[in-house]
Amino acid sequence: MLAYILRSLMQGLVVMLAVAFIAFSMFRFVGDPVVNMLGQEATLQDRAELTERLGLNDPVPLQFARFVADAVRGDFGISYRQGRKVSSLILERLPATVELAVLSAIFAFVTGIVFGVYAAIRRDGWIANVVMSVSLIGVSLPTFLIGIGLIYIFAVELRWLPSFGRGDTVQIGWWSTGLLTVSGLKSLVMPVLTLGFLQLTLVMRLVRSEMLEVMRADFIRFARARGIPERRIEFRHALRNTMIPVITIAGVQLGGVIAFAIVTETVFQWPGLGALFVNAVQFVDVPVMSAYLLFVAFVFVLTSLLVDIVYVALDPRLRGGTLVPAK
Amino acid sequence: MKPRYLALAAALFGVSVLALGAAEAKPVKWASAGDALTIDPHGQNEGLTTSVNQHMYESLTERDHAGKLHPLLASSWKVLPDDPTTWEFKLQEGVKFHDGSPFSADDVVFSYERAMQPTSDFKGYLTSVEKVTKVDDQTVRIKTKGPNPLLVNNTSSIRIMSKAWAEKNNATKAQDFKNKEENFAVRNANGTGPFVLVSREADVKTVMKRNENYWAKAKVPLEITELTYVPIKQDATRIAALLSGEVDFVQDVPVQDIARLKSQPKIRVTSGPENRTIFFGMDVASKDLKGDNVEGKNPFADQRVRQAMNMALNRQAIQRVVMRGESIPTGIILPPFANGWTKELDAAPATDVAKAKALLAEAGYPNGFSVTLHCSNDRYINDEGICQAAVGMFGQIGVKVNLVSQSKSIHFNLIQKNPPETEFYLVGWGVPTFDSDYVFSYMYHSRTGSQGSWNATGYSDKDVDAQIQTLSKEIDIAKRDATIAKIWAKVKDETIYLPIHHQSLSYGMNSTLDIPVDVSNNPKLKMVSFKGS
Repeated sequence: MLAYILRSLMQGLVVMLAVAFIAFSMFRFVGDPVVNMLGQEATLQDRAELTERLGLNDPVPLQFARFVADAVRGDFGISYRQGRKVSSLILERLPATVELAVLSAIFAFVTGIVFGVYAAIRRDGWIANVVMSVSLIGVSLPTFLIGIGLIYIFAVELRWLPSFGRGDTVQIGWWSTGLLTVSGLKSLVMPVLTLGFLQLTLVMRLVRSEMLEVMRADFIRFARARGIPERRIEFRHALRNTMIPVITIAGVQLGGVIAFAIVTETVFQWPGLGALFVNAVQFVDVPVMSAYLLFVAFVFVLTSLLVDIVYVALDPRLRGGTLVPAK
Repeated sequence: MKPRYLALAAALFGVSVLALGAAEAKPVKWASAGDALTIDPHGQNEGLTTSVNQHMYESLTERDHAGKLHPLLASSWKVLPDDPTTWEFKLQEGVKFHDGSPFSADDVVFSYERAMQPTSDFKGYLTSVEKVTKVDDQTVRIKTKGPNPLLVNNTSSIRIMSKAWAEKNNATKAQDFKNKEENFAVRNANGTGPFVLVSREADVKTVMKRNENYWAKAKVPLEITELTYVPIKQDATRIAALLSGEVDFVQDVPVQDIARLKSQPKIRVTSGPENRTIFFGMDVASKDLKGDNVEGKNPFADQRVRQAMNMALNRQAIQRVVMRGESIPTGIILPPFANGWTKELDAAPATDVAKAKALLAEAGYPNGFSVTLHCSNDRYINDEGICQAAVGMFGQIGVKVNLVSQSKSIHFNLIQKNPPETEFYLVGWGVPTFDSDYVFSYMYHSRTGSQGSWNATGYSDKDVDAQIQTLSKEIDIAKRDATIAKIWAKVKDETIYLPIHHQSLSYGMNSTLDIPVDVSNNPKLKMVSFKGS
């Protein structure tokens, strides 16, 4: 068990280093921060001086080593765009993204499972058919369009919900939350729907097909033969077995939602990490970009580690399998 | 439960205050695509940063929305009669900073010295300055290295901060990225301006309230009680916020939305020219272009080729189709309100494909040639669309253009590299000093140490360089203007750049407001007075 987790940790570390290197080397091609940082009046000499001040003239391996050493200490430098510590920028933006991601994940999983189960049990009913067709739209429409569509209906035409931003927030320690104010909750509705929609359709389709699969399995047939009531078979036996793969992908999906909330955050001017990253890319704000990429990698490594642990807990066979070679 | 009662009490209190006839709250929410980068007044010389900061920090002079220079913190100025290298500024009396401390000559000297430091982004405006000295509390002298007739034009860009406040908060230097430290002035402000900073959350919102003790209250309406600036990056979201009434003023309306906004009864749209001209530059100096299909020769080096390309451009079509009428086609890379502009210079050659083809044939390219054009796609209004349209127009005379359009952070790098990494490119240029000298020294002067930093054409003419250099020292205005006219006549004839148009801007607002387009795109909201309501 311990060896298994240690090995996962080692893998995670390798992934982090690889991402750090890719992030770092990619930035050498995205553009020159000096151009953006100096106004149009800059002379050739100004540019040379600033390049030197930013340490961009040093050999690349040295720059990378410095980058990794600083990153390990949690020091990502100063944002070129805002002139503030990158670590504090990220911490400031984290609550907005986490609240958005967690709420849309909950929305996606709860509704996804409910509709999925329904579509599996009443697979020929007209509601099930409508749900399945709508989910097709959900998969094929880009997030951007869904967001803009919602804004036009609920903000411009009906004026029920705000079109951008996070509304009023309440500060609890370093965490700022929008969950405790009316305008904060109102502001969450459309971004949560937009970000959750794709996940919702994926979960729903997965639950439906898994459930249909399980319903054809031998043990369900035996259960029917034993005369167990249909309701009980559906919810006790079938749903339980359906949930194992669904729960294991949940962790990975949550990581994905946090990492790729970029489009939703841009459409709704949501002050989270995704929007921070988009602004950083346009300004070639290298310290922010690299810190963000490392953060995303970290979230993925962490969630897949958690999923590994959950696997072990759920499946006793895995436990034995990894312990033996470790001895 | 508690907060709800509190809110209720606050609301009741607010209503009763209003009922008692106290000053009516008139907040304005103002949105644009990006955020101010910092509120350190000498940190970043960038449009939006200036737009926001000028509401809190003021300079010795200011420009109105048409670009005309007016006194602000300085009440008057003159060049000393016996010393043409020294300017003397008399300062306004009774001016106070937001923290209540009085404004004096010490603050001006301090701010100018701060703006001249290597880490300041405004030092470019003050390269000619040798020393700034205090004569008395109300008088400052600026000594320049040689006579500088234009110094006062640059003073509208240098904002004044309080010396005592900066010293107390350890913010005497503009942000330096090497020391990895934050600077107090990046998030805090103490100026003399019409609005006082309440809160600043970068990329989220910046809230300012009216400065009730504003020294120039009598001269401006100053009706807005609370000013909130919010960046909204997505065009569609920004316009939706205006339509839904969540914001009152949108500084950048995309051209495709103008017609739709104009049809709304509660929305007003104002349009006008910006201090910026869009044009193509060509490598006129290299022996051989890398990106063309002509071996051993540079077609752009031939003046006839450049003239032919100038003739191939259909500026009216670009204005009509790409810009939907929102631009002013031109034949010169200088905006109309800048010193040196004339109607004759602004005239572009008529589009004439046959004549252009003949010129190309005469220059030895009867079948044309091919070349690569670099274009930005996120900097100017419809920049990529302009390039696409131009590609077709050049194609009509046989010049096959291969278009590469990319983000500004990569595009500008190509132009600024030494030597430049582009041979044919789109760029836009504004003239903050409102004088031709600015265009000459950045766009036409040979690329040497401090000059020609944006001249990627390789154009270098000793004669022109010498004439440009006299402009910064000549104090006889008539003589100076004559030199400007002479230089324009020469460089326009040489066709070093292919001017396209002066960029136009559109502001969208709730119809109780009427904010004219500012040529520098720095709307001054202290000038706002509400209509009706």
